[in-house]
Amino acid sequence: MAKEKTRVKKRWFHREKQLNRSAAGNGLLFFFMAFCGVFMALPLVILINNALKPLDEIFQYPQTIFVKNPTFENFKDLFVVMSDSWVPFSRYIFNTLIITGFGTVGHVVVASLAAYPLAKHKFPGKNILFSIVVLSMMFSYNVTQIPNYMIISYLGINNTYLALILPSWQFGMGLYLMKQFMEQIPDSLMESAKLDGASEFTIFWKIFMPNVKPAWLTLAVLQFQQMWGNTGSMFLRSEKLKPMQFALQQIAGGGAARAGVACAVAFVIALVPITFFLICQSQIIETMTSSGMKE
Amino acid sequence: MDSANQTQPIVHRLTLKQKIYRSRASYAMIAPYFLFFFFFTVLPVLASIVLSFTYFDMLSFPSWVGFNNYARLFLDDEIFLIALKNTLLFAVITGPASYLMCLLFAWIINEFHGKMRAFLTLIFYAPSICGNAYYVWSLILSSDRYGYLNSILLRWGFVNNAVLWFQTEKLVMPCLIVVQLWLSLGTGFLSFIAGLQTIDRSMYEAAAMDGIKNRWQELWYVTLPAMKPQLMFGAVMQITQSFAVGDISIQLAGNPSINYAGTTIVTHLIDYGTFRFEMGYASAIATILFLLMVGTNKLVQALLRRVGE
Repeated sequence: MAKEKTRVKKRWFHREKQLNRSAAGNGLLFFFMAFCGVFMALPLVILINNALKPLDEIFQYPQTIFVKNPTFENFKDLFVVMSDSWVPFSRYIFNTLIITGFGTVGHVVVASLAAYPLAKHKFPGKNILFSIVVLSMMFSYNVTQIPNYMIISYLGINNTYLALILPSWQFGMGLYLMKQFMEQIPDSLMESAKLDGASEFTIFWKIFMPNVKPAWLTLAVLQFQQMWGNTGSMFLRSEKLKPMQFALQQIAGGGAARAGVACAVAFVIALVPITFFLICQSQIIETMTSSGMKE
Repeated sequence: MDSANQTQPIVHRLTLKQKIYRSRASYAMIAPYFLFFFFFTVLPVLASIVLSFTYFDMLSFPSWVGFNNYARLFLDDEIFLIALKNTLLFAVITGPASYLMCLLFAWIINEFHGKMRAFLTLIFYAPSICGNAYYVWSLILSSDRYGYLNSILLRWGFVNNAVLWFQTEKLVMPCLIVVQLWLSLGTGFLSFIAGLQTIDRSMYEAAAMDGIKNRWQELWYVTLPAMKPQLMFGAVMQITQSFAVGDISIQLAGNPSINYAGTTIVTHLIDYGTFRFEMGYASAIATILFLLMVGTNKLVQALLRRVGE
């Protein structure tokens, strides 16, 4: 039964693709995208090539985009510096994994849980609470850092992983994003489940979350990236707790002599979020083709 | 909507206490989020707003100065006026441009399928993914002849001497705007991509039968109204992003930049908060920025409500 359903959907999908699409329009859009794609991708191509360039090619005239004598020297240098670090480098990686993992999963769960009643239920104070969250996103975090520091010290979580993880659970972006997507799910889905005696939490977890999978996967990508780029700044003082970003930026900040290494660092830093992004994107596309979505 | 209206009269007769009791499940679900939110956002923001009425050097206890900080901002601080002008320039140019770019690229990418789609999304989103991508722009816009752009311009004879991109007053803002646009396909873009995916496919067929003739009509009458929640979300994100330009200015043009040409409200705020230790004054700057964003947001949300009408 389920198999047959997907097949029908797929056929519709292809026929639907032809609707309202002219060949000229398709061609035009293709060239437009190719042109813009080059502009977007060019700096990254430069970055990757620079990471593979020997030092004399980085400072040359005329400058070339593509590397002539590719070398892994920069990466080798990076690993040498890494293995020399005061705290074993694996410790930095471990810290980053803890902070990013708990920060991402926790935020997706906590924000989605709060977004569901805000999107679908009526209760006193709902609109005010939601407006406050949206407004709060417009306040510059640069000045809230000092009060934040005092509060984190007061809570006694200063210089622990929690100082980075707990604040990340309440970023406004996630709640707002999830609420907007959940609003689009028809009420009828919720009501039929209620008639079957499902609890609120079951409706949220078993019905809403699967239906907004593209939304929470997107949120996971965004949050992952934010947590991954975290340098720990003022909340983590002991070297043992600091994330990998912090250590890598110390290495990259070595001036012209480390220009190539800095590119290698930028490349290594970007690699993991890109992989995570690709996994999530393929999951989102799979959701789209395998389920009918929305009734 | 209909079913909600039917239950309305019953809900209406309940007292506030009963309503709250009835919604206890809802409160339980929002409780964890709002507990953290209260501690890590509401309290710090309120504290900052209160601090904006004080003189606070982070060493001695804040002393109340009333509206002095605000008066000083507008009457006594010429650099703030430059910062305000630059920030508004960013907001007016990169705000709408980046919003339309997010929408346009997401919509076009939605026409592709499978691997090509994932690849294109990656290409366009990649600048935001690489945390310190501005680094690559410091290579491209390097002021010596080793810089990529200078190298090309010199070789093809467009200029005779290497252009000093971030040391020439007139060039600072255009350069920053280009970099900012390049970086702006972030949160809003991804939410549009996901939003387009959740639109019910059968709506397009119905629209075609109702006489929608081309993809542009389809975009305006079907696609955009169906993804209104994402449009609202994207607007807030792009507004926040374009008003809060600061880091890239500091990284590329320096702080202070040449003749304050690249100064924005956020760089000004960082200058006072981080280097001059005048937290009260910095908080006043943040409050002004906050009011600017809230006002713009109200305006944009009102405009967006009319999409597809």
